[in-house]
Amino acid sequence: MKLPRWFHRFGSAPYVYGLAGLLSPWVGGIAVLLIAAGTYGGLVLAPADYLQGDSFRIIYIHVPSAYVSMMAYVILAVAAAIGFIWRLKLAHAVAVSIAPIGASFTFLALATGAIWGKPTWGTFWQWTDPRIMFELLLLFLYLGYMALRAAFEDRDKADRVSAILGVVGVVNVPIIHYSVIWWNSLHQGPTIARLDGPTITLDMLAPLLIMIAGFTFCFAWLLLSRLQGEIVRREYATRWLRELLAGSPG
Amino acid sequence: MHVFLTITGRDLKLAFRRWSEFANPLLFFVVVTSLFPLALSPEQALLQSVGAGVLWVAALLSSLLALEGLFRGDVEDGSMEQILLSPAPFGIVVIAKIAAHWLVSGIPLIVLVPVVAMSFQLPTAALATLAAALLLAMPTLSVLSAIGAALTVSLRSGGSIIGLLVLPLCAPMLIFGTRATDMAANGEAVAAPLYLLAALAVFAVSLGPLAVAAALRVGLE
Repeated sequence: MKLPRWFHRFGSAPYVYGLAGLLSPWVGGIAVLLIAAGTYGGLVLAPADYLQGDSFRIIYIHVPSAYVSMMAYVILAVAAAIGFIWRLKLAHAVAVSIAPIGASFTFLALATGAIWGKPTWGTFWQWTDPRIMFELLLLFLYLGYMALRAAFEDRDKADRVSAILGVVGVVNVPIIHYSVIWWNSLHQGPTIARLDGPTITLDMLAPLLIMIAGFTFCFAWLLLSRLQGEIVRREYATRWLRELLAGSPG
Repeated sequence: MHVFLTITGRDLKLAFRRWSEFANPLLFFVVVTSLFPLALSPEQALLQSVGAGVLWVAALLSSLLALEGLFRGDVEDGSMEQILLSPAPFGIVVIAKIAAHWLVSGIPLIVLVPVVAMSFQLPTAALATLAAALLLAMPTLSVLSAIGAALTVSLRSGGSIIGLLVLPLCAPMLIFGTRATDMAANGEAVAAPLYLLAALAVFAVSLGPLAVAAALRVGLE
């Protein structure tokens, strides 16, 4: 099978650098609009929860960041696998750029979860909740990936070794996920009111979906600009980049 | 099969000639577990309730300690390169090395843990389950740590990173292992966690060596 020409272009650093620069303001703009709309909808339009009052509104940060943290790890692993198998340097660059973003969103999910946990569960940290444990382990996976990369001086080797770790990690993510759930189910179930008790109404759900879309675009935006930085770091000795950087003001 | 036996035999011979290397993690295990009663309190009820967890975490840490050197010696003296260049399938070689390591570090631990468990006042009924769970968990642990060791093989100081890489992946094993021990101590049926441990072991042993082999190839480049 012959791959179309546009596909091969993704292996070229100048093309991807230019494309990222071109897309970045659009993606960033959409992210800002969606997050602004979702924030307004979540903080103003959505009714207060009859059980949790206004404190439930942190869900509009918490759920999207948890969602992005997991999605980012899968994309990281897929990019790393593509880079490892076809030796595509740009795929490795994508994986490297994702790691700190994913770790930040994971941390954000944990932090907002803790802040939310205080008024609803009475504690910042609830060891029995499987989702907290899963996010914590996911954070460790991100940090391990970054620590492994940082330990290598040779970038090529760091790329390939950390790609293996990424793939091993993503195979383990579902196992960790279900084992953590199973672990919890053996304890006495926590008899605390959860959000899934009352069914979520549309006025609450719509801003949440908008926020999830906004966070996804925000993730893409951060990824694009980090990818540009990563390409500059990798290609700083090449002619096209020098010419490009010399040509552009600033 | 010939390759497998040759490599395993060679590694076993090497291990027995430097017995302190595989004795040290076992001593570490005994020392760590005896620190817990000192740090917590010698109360029998408390020790009984935390015993299973302490034993599992200590076993995990001590086997991590052992695995840093799993490939390093062979890589440093060049024999790993020779093995890689030989026509022998590299995946088999990796499995053989992991198996040899499991024999010298896993088996003694399985014998040792129930003895230490008695000092934690774990009920006798739980000891057999504990040993069985360890027997099923050790292959998974060996494979996961081998992945960590292979990833860091070309680093000068891989020790501190291996823990960060491997321990999060060990969480499922730890969960099922401690749960099986706890359930046995409470007199419940333990088949479910043991089956899951076995499933993890089959999964790890069948797919893990591929990752180890790939990581070693990159490390030796």
